[in-house]
Amino acid sequence: MTEPLLSLRGLSIAFGGLRAVQDVGLDVMPGSLTALIGPNGAGKTTLFALMSGFLRPDAGTVRFDGRDITGQAPHLNARAGMTRTFQIVQPFASQTVRENIAVGAHLHEPGRAAALVAAAAVAQRVGLSPQLDKPAGDLTVAGRKRLELARALATQPKLLLLDEVLAGLNPQEIGEMIPVVRGIAASGITVLMIEHVMQAVMNLAEHVWVLAQGQLIAAGTPAEVTSDPAVIEAYLGHGAAARLKEHAR
Amino acid sequence: MRELLQIIGCAALVGALTIAVDSGVWLTFVMMALYASLLALAWNMLGGYGGQFSFGHALFFGTGAYVQAIAQVNFELNPWLALVLAVLAAAGVGLFVGALTFRYGLKGSYFALVTLAFAEVFRVLAVSFGFTGGGVGLMLPLRESFANMQFGSRKGSIALVLGFVVAAMLVTAWLRHSRFGAQLQAVRDNEDAARAIGVDPWRVKLGAIVLSGGFMGAGGAFYVQVFQYIDPAIAFGPSSSVEALVAAIVGGMGTLWGPVLGAVVLHLLAELTRNLFGSLPGLNMVIYGAVLVLIVMFLPRGLAGIGQSVRDVWRGRRD
Repeated sequence: MTEPLLSLRGLSIAFGGLRAVQDVGLDVMPGSLTALIGPNGAGKTTLFALMSGFLRPDAGTVRFDGRDITGQAPHLNARAGMTRTFQIVQPFASQTVRENIAVGAHLHEPGRAAALVAAAAVAQRVGLSPQLDKPAGDLTVAGRKRLELARALATQPKLLLLDEVLAGLNPQEIGEMIPVVRGIAASGITVLMIEHVMQAVMNLAEHVWVLAQGQLIAAGTPAEVTSDPAVIEAYLGHGAAARLKEHAR
Repeated sequence: MRELLQIIGCAALVGALTIAVDSGVWLTFVMMALYASLLALAWNMLGGYGGQFSFGHALFFGTGAYVQAIAQVNFELNPWLALVLAVLAAAGVGLFVGALTFRYGLKGSYFALVTLAFAEVFRVLAVSFGFTGGGVGLMLPLRESFANMQFGSRKGSIALVLGFVVAAMLVTAWLRHSRFGAQLQAVRDNEDAARAIGVDPWRVKLGAIVLSGGFMGAGGAFYVQVFQYIDPAIAFGPSSSVEALVAAIVGGMGTLWGPVLGAVVLHLLAELTRNLFGSLPGLNMVIYGAVLVLIVMFLPRGLAGIGQSVRDVWRGRRD
C-alpha cells in the first residue's frame, strides 16, 4: 500500500467560541484528484489555511510527503512541494502576467531569464499565452483565476491546493477551465480542490470529502456523497432528505 | 541592458558637464541634486520596491554620518576606511531594525511610526553620549587632500556622490531584473500570495532594508565629508527622512529614474522659489508645499509615470 502524500489527523482550530475546524482527518493519495465540498462557512478555506501553514492548528497534525509539517510557514511548505491558490484572487497587480508567474518559477530557478522562460511555458499550460505581457491588474476574473493557477503551477508542486478556481466564472469559462485542471492532474500533480460548482466536482473528482460546521460528515465518490442524507441535510436543512425521498415517491 | 546604458550615459553626461562648467552655483546645484538623488534612491529600494514606507530613514543617514565623523575624530581613521565602516554600520542598523519590526509583521503606518521612533531614540542617544560630541556635535578638521576625501573643490565631491548614485542605480536596476527583486515586489504587492508560492517575506524585506540603509548611510557619510560638521538634529532629525521620501514619491516610487527625477525637480523648484520670493521669507516654502500637493494629487505615479497617468485619464474620458 502506498503512503498518502498528505495526511491530516485530528486537526482542530477555534476562533474565540467558533470552532471552525474540529477533529478533521483525511488522507490524500499521490496522483489523485480529489475535492473538498461543503456549504458556505463550513470551514473549507480554514482547513486549507491549516494545511498550507497560514494558520497554526490548536490540535492535530499535518503530515506531507512523509514529514510532520504542522504549523510550518507557508513558504517552507511551498518549497517542500505544497502550493495553495486563493479563492479571492491575489495577483501582483503592478506586474505583468509573465512577471507574476515568474515569481512562482523563481522558487526553484534563481536565474531571471530562465524563470521568465519557464513562466511562458506554464502560461501555455493554462491558456494564458496571449496575455503574457498584460499587466495582471487588467485581466478579467477568468484570466485572474488562470493566473492564480499558473503561479502555483510554476512552483512545480507535488500537491496543488485549489481554492475555488471556478467560482465567479460563467458556464462557458467553467467548461474551458475543467480540462485545464484535468490536464494538471494528468501531468502527475496531486490535486485537492475546494469547489462549489458541483458540475465540476462530479466531472473531475475521484473522491470527495464533505465538510459541514467544521466537521467531516461524509466521504466517498461524488455519486455516493451526493445521495448521502447527511450531506443533503447539511446543504438544504434539517428534514430535507426525508422530504426529497417523499417527493421522489 | 538598456537601463545599464541609460545609467552610464547619464552619468557620463553629468560628469562631462561638471568638468566643462565652472560656475559655482551650477556645481553646487549638481552636487546637492545628486546628493538628494542618493537619499531618494536609497529610500526607494525599501519604500518603492519593498512597499515598506519608512518615515525615519534619518536613522541610517545619521548612523552613517556619525560613524564617518567618529572614526576620523576619535580614532584617526582614514576617511575612505571610515566610509566602509559607515555604510556597514548603517546597513547593520537596518538589519537590527528590520529584524525586529518585520519579525512582528509591522507594516504600513505602524512600520512608518516605528522607524520614526527609532530615529528619535538615536537622536536622543546622540545628544547624551560623550563620544558623539553631545548636543554640540562633531567637527571634522579641515585637511584637504584626496586621501582625506576632502577635495577642496565641488568637482571632487560631485565625482564622489556621482559614484554613489551610479552604484545605487545599478542596485536598483538589479532589483528590477533579479530573483530577489521579483520576490521583493511580490511581497510589496501581496504578501500572502507571495508566501503561498514560496517567498519568505521576512528574508526579502530584511535584504531590502539592509541595502536601503547602507546607501542612506553613504549619504550621511558624504554629508559629513562635504560640510565637515554633524550634530544630532542634522543627523537624526526629520529633514533627511523627508527629503528622501518626498523626492522618491514625487518622482515615482518603484521606478529606476523616479527618485533622481524627483530630486532634481524638487531642487530646481526650491531654487526657483527662493530666487523669486526670497524677499518674502517663508513664501517659498508655501509654494513648494502647494506644488507638492498638486503633484501628489494629479500624478499618483509620480513624475516618472506622467505618461501612464495621462493615458489613464485619456482612457477614462473615452470609456
